[in-house]
Amino acid sequence: MRVKYVLSEVLVGLWRNVTMSIAMIITMAVSLTMLGASGLMYRQVDDMKDLYYKNIEVSIFLTQEVTEQERTDLQTKLDGDPLVKDVLYVNKDEAYKRFKEMYQDAPDLVNAVKPDQLPEAFRLKLNNPEQYKNVYDQYKDTAGVEEIIDQSRLLDKIFNILTSIQNIALAAAIVMAIAALLLVANTIQVAAYSKRREVAVMKLVGASNWFIQAPFVLEAVVAGLIGSLLGLVALVAAKYLLFDGSLSALQGLLSPITWGDILFIFPLMAGVGGLVSAGTAWITLRFYLRV
Amino acid sequence: MTKTYPKASRPSLDNVSVSIEKGEFVFFIGPSGSGKSTIIKMLLHEVAPNKGRVVVNGKDVTSMRSWKRPHFRRSIGCVFQDFRLLPNRTAYENVAFALEVIGKTKAVARRVVPEVLELVGLGGKEHRYPHELSGGEQQRVAVARAFVNRPLILLADEPTGNLDPDTSIEIMRLLDRINRTGTTVVMVTHDSNIVNQMRRRVVEIESGRIVRDQARGVYG
Repeated sequence: MRVKYVLSEVLVGLWRNVTMSIAMIITMAVSLTMLGASGLMYRQVDDMKDLYYKNIEVSIFLTQEVTEQERTDLQTKLDGDPLVKDVLYVNKDEAYKRFKEMYQDAPDLVNAVKPDQLPEAFRLKLNNPEQYKNVYDQYKDTAGVEEIIDQSRLLDKIFNILTSIQNIALAAAIVMAIAALLLVANTIQVAAYSKRREVAVMKLVGASNWFIQAPFVLEAVVAGLIGSLLGLVALVAAKYLLFDGSLSALQGLLSPITWGDILFIFPLMAGVGGLVSAGTAWITLRFYLRV
Repeated sequence: MTKTYPKASRPSLDNVSVSIEKGEFVFFIGPSGSGKSTIIKMLLHEVAPNKGRVVVNGKDVTSMRSWKRPHFRRSIGCVFQDFRLLPNRTAYENVAFALEVIGKTKAVARRVVPEVLELVGLGGKEHRYPHELSGGEQQRVAVARAFVNRPLILLADEPTGNLDPDTSIEIMRLLDRINRTGTTVVMVTHDSNIVNQMRRRVVEIESGRIVRDQARGVYG
């Protein structure tokens, strides 16, 4: 009977103040969607970092008038360097071949450049791409080195952008969460007020504290869980419409978001939604009901 | 015991000591603000004394933790001047509510509630809502609710304050009957008429001090 009583009180409570309940659920849903999106991006950025940094190269371009001796010295040094995993020497002809491939859509440019004009280069794979700076410092003054270019600097820029998008989503999630918290607190106050007579009698005849509080706390938890379900729907829609839809052109660039990723993030959203609502409701009741 | 409310210039109760035996019927009388209601609140563990101890049913409740309060309250019934019934529930439901929220099953309620409504003289009016009952009848429902769990103590805070003299007498007869079942009754009142008719123990309080404690007393 008690469980049935508590559950029916929850439904009655949500229905009694239905506009407020809807507002609470919507803010909760938006906040949790943002949280989920930022969680997905966190995984996404991690995956992409793995993928890109694995293939990243540092190119040491040699000067036009580099001598045979300088080149061999550099090669020996690079071969023995513990930071370097792989060394690939690219001579002028190979550089020209690559150049032609890269710019095959712009024949004018290819025709304008002679193999001689392209610098020889060492292409390095590093054991740890983040140690690029050390490599740069070590070789920048070596005789015969013209320029050292690191792809990871470009990637860093991209990842900085992705990280800031992620932070913006997280910040939006937090701001919406605060709005949701205030709505939960208000809803609970209204609910407690409309049931003040029942609560007074319950306190008087010695109903246990959990029994008095449970309907209110559960009301908030149910709203939080409904919010997280709506958030899940929003994420599924976003994947379906954005990633598989209009952004599918970028598929090679972005690592794919799987249904599994979304299902993995859902317990986080539901957990945060439920716990935060429960906590807010409970604290509100401590002030408002003083049970 | 002494109780001083914050911001009060003088204590609400000043070094008061009173002992009530099991099964007694006691009136607390005195002008408004004399501290009578503070005694009720202390017995309910709603406020704690600044000095001294409150012992109820052999248990020291002065230092009782608040989470034990609900269970403690189940041994005390309470009646107030303003009845405090739930307006959207019938007489039966009001009484049953008090049982159900402390974990008694509906089956228990079905057995006990009609019995106690009969005892307070409301047989046949179980399914009336409070607004369909007279003041006296509403107070009977309140008494039934206070008594349905068979408490050891019944606290009544001016239970006749809203009732006409005849109805008040009927409520007093009811409280007397409950007292005869062995329940201790503690009643706070202004009603000299009633005190004089009942001839029970009277404790008079003035400005937070006991000025009289008399067995079979009158209002004075």
